[in-house]
Amino acid sequence: MPGFQKQKYLIDFTLSALLRRKGKNTALVLVYALVVFVLASVLFFTQALRREAALVLAGAPEIVVQRLTAGRHDLIPESYADAIRNIRGVSDVSPRLWGYYYDPVFGANFTLLVPQEFPYGRGNIVIGQGVAEVSRSSIDNILPFWTHEGRLTSFKIAEIFSSDSQLISADLILISEPDFRSLFGLAEGVATNLVLTVKNAKERPIVAAKIKKLLPDTRPIIRDEILRTYDSLFNWRSGILLVVLAGAGLAFIIFAWDKATGLSAEERREIGILKAIGWETSDVILMKFWEGGIISLTSFLSGVLLAYVHVFFTSSFLFEPVLKGWAVIYPEFKLVPFVDAFHIATLFFLTVVPYTLATIVPAWRAAIVDPDAVLRT
Amino acid sequence: MIELIDTRKVFNVGKPNEFTAVHDVSLCIPSSRVTVLKGPSGSGKTTLLSLVGCMARPTSGRIMLSSVRLHSPLWEFSGGEVSSLPERFLTEIRRHTFGFIFQQYHLIRGLSALENVMLPAYPRGEPYGILKRRAMALLDQFGIGGKAASRMEWLSGGEAQRLAIARALINDPQAIIADEPTAHLDSRLSEELMAILLGLRDQGKTVIIASHDPIVCDSQRVDGVVELRDGRVVSTT
Ligand SMILES: Nc1ncnc2c1ncn2[C@@H]1O[C@H](COP(=O)(O)OP(=O)(O)OP(=O)(O)O)[C@@H](O)[C@H]1O
Ligand SMILES: [Mg+2]
Repeated sequence: MPGFQKQKYLIDFTLSALLRRKGKNTALVLVYALVVFVLASVLFFTQALRREAALVLAGAPEIVVQRLTAGRHDLIPESYADAIRNIRGVSDVSPRLWGYYYDPVFGANFTLLVPQEFPYGRGNIVIGQGVAEVSRSSIDNILPFWTHEGRLTSFKIAEIFSSDSQLISADLILISEPDFRSLFGLAEGVATNLVLTVKNAKERPIVAAKIKKLLPDTRPIIRDEILRTYDSLFNWRSGILLVVLAGAGLAFIIFAWDKATGLSAEERREIGILKAIGWETSDVILMKFWEGGIISLTSFLSGVLLAYVHVFFTSSFLFEPVLKGWAVIYPEFKLVPFVDAFHIATLFFLTVVPYTLATIVPAWRAAIVDPDAVLRT
Repeated sequence: MIELIDTRKVFNVGKPNEFTAVHDVSLCIPSSRVTVLKGPSGSGKTTLLSLVGCMARPTSGRIMLSSVRLHSPLWEFSGGEVSSLPERFLTEIRRHTFGFIFQQYHLIRGLSALENVMLPAYPRGEPYGILKRRAMALLDQFGIGGKAASRMEWLSGGEAQRLAIARALINDPQAIIADEPTAHLDSRLSEELMAILLGLRDQGKTVIIASHDPIVCDSQRVDGVVELRDGRVVSTT
């Protein structure tokens, strides 16, 4: 098939042309790959974080009821649960105890939580993988804690759990109810908040409204609303990155424009010769199309690959200062690899396609000159 | 046979620096003969060559290729006027009909001798094996088969010249066009080149040379000399 063989000839010629201008093309690929790397890193990172949050919230209760005192989150009496239990649509209410503990030794914040059922009894704790790594401890080790009175107490690590989501296991410690109360000095009969099970999603806002009416000093929070808050939080964080993104995009445009307007004298001469020895304008353009495509694809693939390694294997070390204000706990915040095909496609169409077109324009301009020009150089 | 009828070429039409390089030239260039375009510098030799070789279009007048036959999947050309054809067809006729030997050779640096020879045939997309064999045969014919893999810039002046001739022949054209082919050659190499060009004529090719070199113009073995002055034909012999 002549058409296929012709493309093969053109690609061969392109490859040897690229090798002939090794220095220039290597620099080109480097800059290009760097731009793709930054863009892809931002995409991968925000995307994986978003998914992480969704995982966390999937296990969260449908409605959480907090008590407010003077507009601040306060402890809630467990007796409130009885009143709520009678509301139609509520299938379960239980008090939940949780709080934060700052560990001065490790300089980290832990989340302490009393689970529904704690199988180990007093004096034991279950810690997340992340906590174990920070405190460099393993099962049966003892972890020291300062009580609210300033006394030193300690718990034995009965289990270390890991989770799909790094966010969950990173800073979580499970503890028994009596230990929790004595550690933080919480009286019997109060809880941090109440968690409700409301199976019917449509009933959730109605239940929330009823609670608000029945117990005016409470604030019911529906999970779907948290989800929205998280979403906007991530959007805000991506907003910062958007600036980075815009910068990278701008650099790319300038770079592609430079490429589009600049064709070295050597390249012009070559195009003239090709025309004069019988190549059509379309052959020259096709050849340049392959050239742009090869450079573009090489850079794109290496940029994306590097970004993947950066985000999922090196914990996005370049972004750390921007993205992780919320906890000191993540010494090594490994996101679970997750890539959205749609985003890759978008990135592809925003880089490879315009770049390839940009390489064609100058070639076309050089190729439409009359071939007899070469007789006079 | 190539026929020019009242052919005129004007550069920069309508601008203050408008310049008529070829004035209403009517001329017949016979097939399978060596024709030399002779004349002082600036007399319009190169311009006329580019018109004959379908590199440029005349401002007015007609150029006829009578003995050219071309079949391609999309169109067919069986001789006639070429000056009004669209660019694509003109390129195709040029590729099939003419082989060019440029004054500066215009070989592509960084490519091997073999690749340089094969280059004009790439758009035709024929199988690699066949094309390579033909290219090698040409290199051998001009005694540079041993340099096939050498990069073009390592060749000597004479070798580069012969490489340029081999490239001009790769698409087996009916006509060879050479612009000042001896300008960079000493007299021995010039004689050698003339021998090659005359040999091509003996194989039936039409050879058109622009030159003011006496070795070319005064050679007893060329078939016709067209003398130009200020874009006009002053004599034909
Ligand atoms: N693109 C152009 N624009 C304007 N003038 C041109 C152009 N090309 C050629 N000319 C002019 O046309 C005239 C004829 O040029 P041409 O190159 O055909 O001469 P020539 O006979 O080949 O000369 P030489 O022996 O020096 O190669 C010259 O005066 C040249 O300046
Ligand atoms: Mg000239």
